[in-house]
Amino acid sequence: MAYVAVKGSERAIEAAHAWLAEERRGDPALPELSLAQIEGQLGLAVDRVMAEGACHDRGLAALAVKQARGDLIEAAFLLRAYRTTLPRFGASRPVETGGMRIRRRISATYKELPGGQVLGPTFDYTHRLLDFALAAEGSVPEPAPEAATDAAAMPRVTGLLAQEGLMAPEPPSEVEPRDLTREPLDFPAERPLRLQALARGDEGFLLSLGYSTQRGYGNAHPFVGEIRMGAVTVEFEPPELGFPIEIGEITVTECQMVNQFAGSKTELPQFTRGYGLVFGQGERKAMAMALVDRALRAAELGEPVEAPAQDQEFVLYHCDNVEATGFVEHLKLPHYVDFQSELEKIRLLRREAGGE
Amino acid sequence: MTALGYNFGYLDENTKRMIRRALLKAVAVPGHQVPFGAREMPLPYGWGTGGIAVTASVIGAGDRLKVIDQGADDTTNAVSIRHFFAKVTGVGTTERTGEATIIQTRHRIPETRLREGQILVYQVPMPEPLFRLEPRVAETKRMHALADYGLMHVKLYEDIARHGHVAISYNYPVLVGGRYLMSPSPIPAFDNPKMDRMPALQLFGAGREKRIYAVPPYTSVTSLDFEDHPFQPVRADAPCALCGSRESYLDEVVVDDKGGRMFVCSDTDYCATRQTQREAAE
Amino acid sequence: MNGLTPGFADPVPDAQACFRALLEAMARPGRVERLAALPEAPAPLAPAAAAVLLTLADAETPVWTDAGPVAEDWLRFHAGCPLVAEPGLAGFLLATGGLPALAALEAGTEEEPHRSATLIVQVAGLELGGGWRLTGPGIEREHRLQVEGLPRGFLADWAANGARFPRGIDLVLCAGNRLAALPRTTRIEEAG
Repeated sequence: MAYVAVKGSERAIEAAHAWLAEERRGDPALPELSLAQIEGQLGLAVDRVMAEGACHDRGLAALAVKQARGDLIEAAFLLRAYRTTLPRFGASRPVETGGMRIRRRISATYKELPGGQVLGPTFDYTHRLLDFALAAEGSVPEPAPEAATDAAAMPRVTGLLAQEGLMAPEPPSEVEPRDLTREPLDFPAERPLRLQALARGDEGFLLSLGYSTQRGYGNAHPFVGEIRMGAVTVEFEPPELGFPIEIGEITVTECQMVNQFAGSKTELPQFTRGYGLVFGQGERKAMAMALVDRALRAAELGEPVEAPAQDQEFVLYHCDNVEATGFVEHLKLPHYVDFQSELEKIRLLRREAGGE
Repeated sequence: MTALGYNFGYLDENTKRMIRRALLKAVAVPGHQVPFGAREMPLPYGWGTGGIAVTASVIGAGDRLKVIDQGADDTTNAVSIRHFFAKVTGVGTTERTGEATIIQTRHRIPETRLREGQILVYQVPMPEPLFRLEPRVAETKRMHALADYGLMHVKLYEDIARHGHVAISYNYPVLVGGRYLMSPSPIPAFDNPKMDRMPALQLFGAGREKRIYAVPPYTSVTSLDFEDHPFQPVRADAPCALCGSRESYLDEVVVDDKGGRMFVCSDTDYCATRQTQREAAE
Repeated sequence: MNGLTPGFADPVPDAQACFRALLEAMARPGRVERLAALPEAPAPLAPAAAAVLLTLADAETPVWTDAGPVAEDWLRFHAGCPLVAEPGLAGFLLATGGLPALAALEAGTEEEPHRSATLIVQVAGLELGGGWRLTGPGIEREHRLQVEGLPRGFLADWAANGARFPRGIDLVLCAGNRLAALPRTTRIEEAG
């Protein structure tokens, strides 16, 4: 019997990549997607890739979406692998979401509040009926009417509650937060580190975890204090200058969940906060993040830690989709050496169990 | 800078320095897992990023690199990683175990005895040997600190009580330097004895789990066992159909759908070398 | 910063070569490695010791040294490392005169023994053979190493350092362009 060990992996890989490139382009008779089209018309996909790719650059995110053929986790991975090679100049100052140029701002806890409710470009209240008119190309929508907003007149809801002493204070920490991208996770992980991990985390995973807290896995009574989306200024303070300079503007979505807290021996009953912040327009992710953030505070607030969403190690080790997809998909790599040792072991155990 | 516009070895110098510091501490505390700030690599987590990060931090222009997966140089992932390093370092690659100064491996230790001057870099998916028994890292860290490995001994003992044997056939836990319980990575238990007092330096990289560990040369590596149930490495009871070896670890190749199968060496370089020697002798 | 002597001539390959020598030295305690590519370090820095710090130290590693202001400026500029006055706070220490007390240095914890300091010591002489008999991980049977210029009582301090394993500091010995390393696992006996 002739047996020739399989060779030719190199040629197979090259051919597979060529095929991938061909599939990516699709029918060459159709015009190729431009990055501007992706950035402009698939903007929420671009936003998600920036959030999970942990890199704010709409053009690069659009390129990643194109290169990944619309596979957003693959696109986030491409962006991360690029991001990690960039030189690091320093950390920006914390963005001031209180001064956001608001495009959307809603609160579920107050009917009326200073600055009012701004719906903005939302799917909420659309009827999810396929719009066949969209299938016919060429129509340009009428410009939407726009009301003037005034950031100064839009105080944050959590601030309103705090004025009354009903919101647990969260004084800013003087300690430089650890950086998840420089040092591995360590437990217990303090809140800034947890929020970093959640901000980069997979939307689907956080969504399910947040959902689980609503269904009794973790005792939460959340209200959307406020969701706001719009542009914020990013400032950087070069050590040699000693004062901050503006380096640009990014769009972010922020969610502040207000949760009941029964109080403890030392503290009166009050509200506590779950916080979510993501790049771009990513309301579902920001809300889920806020729910999970609050759930992860169980230990510090003296609540029992019983549900998956309250378990730091479980949540933080499994929320990163670049890590998760790599390890799940590595199962398709050859494992025949290990499988062979299992085969021999099982044969041995069966032989002996079969009674010799 | 290489032709690609990336630094030599892909990683920037700051990242290399951080990994190098971790490597030296790993050598100083044999078998202890050192956390490191693993970066995203251009290959997916789980596909050898830890091994790649280690190799990228160690490799220099004078090295010859060999990459194997399942013992073979021509498996797709081995080919892909070898190409990556050829591209980002320009160093020479080889398929010959004896010629290599750095060997990056997934799931095997070469059959040819490694020597001083060689470095074996293992790709590690799960660095924590206790993770199936205790998934919490905070907890396993404590167990390592106390050298409290009772959990693992109980598991092995239960296997023996139930099956008459330890039911672990690969990734079989080892004790390094008589102190640290260590995952040898998913090599078959057959390969475990090769780790013991190996003249080459053994480095382990787990990218997704962000851990590095090491076994210095000539360091004792013992597979956990019991006096009345000594450790037994298993291989298929057959000679290699290509080179006739009765010592090497074998892959089982299914040749038809009627139960026909044959056994060939998993280590392709070892097998090819023996075949050439046999032909020369004839 | 005027008159600052240069660091590595070719930083990427020079740091790699130095690291490989260090890795080999740490993996085979007592073997003496020679560095070919060396920085032009100001006195009193030995070229090998300066190369080790350029290879391993950066903004993330606090360094302590007794080598004086010129050397400190050189390290700050080329390695970008913060310098600390308290030996116990340093990740790397470079001793050109006497030795800081080993027991006062960061030795890591039982859970995180890797958080320990690495002490680089400039010695007067470093030769294979004679002197000490070294055993432990990395050593097939025994290595022999002759070190000149360490204070009396060092062997007792070293034994105490080894006794708290896995905690403990690691040592890099440098003389001229040569280096050898003693990880905390190495046992030393004075050979007659």
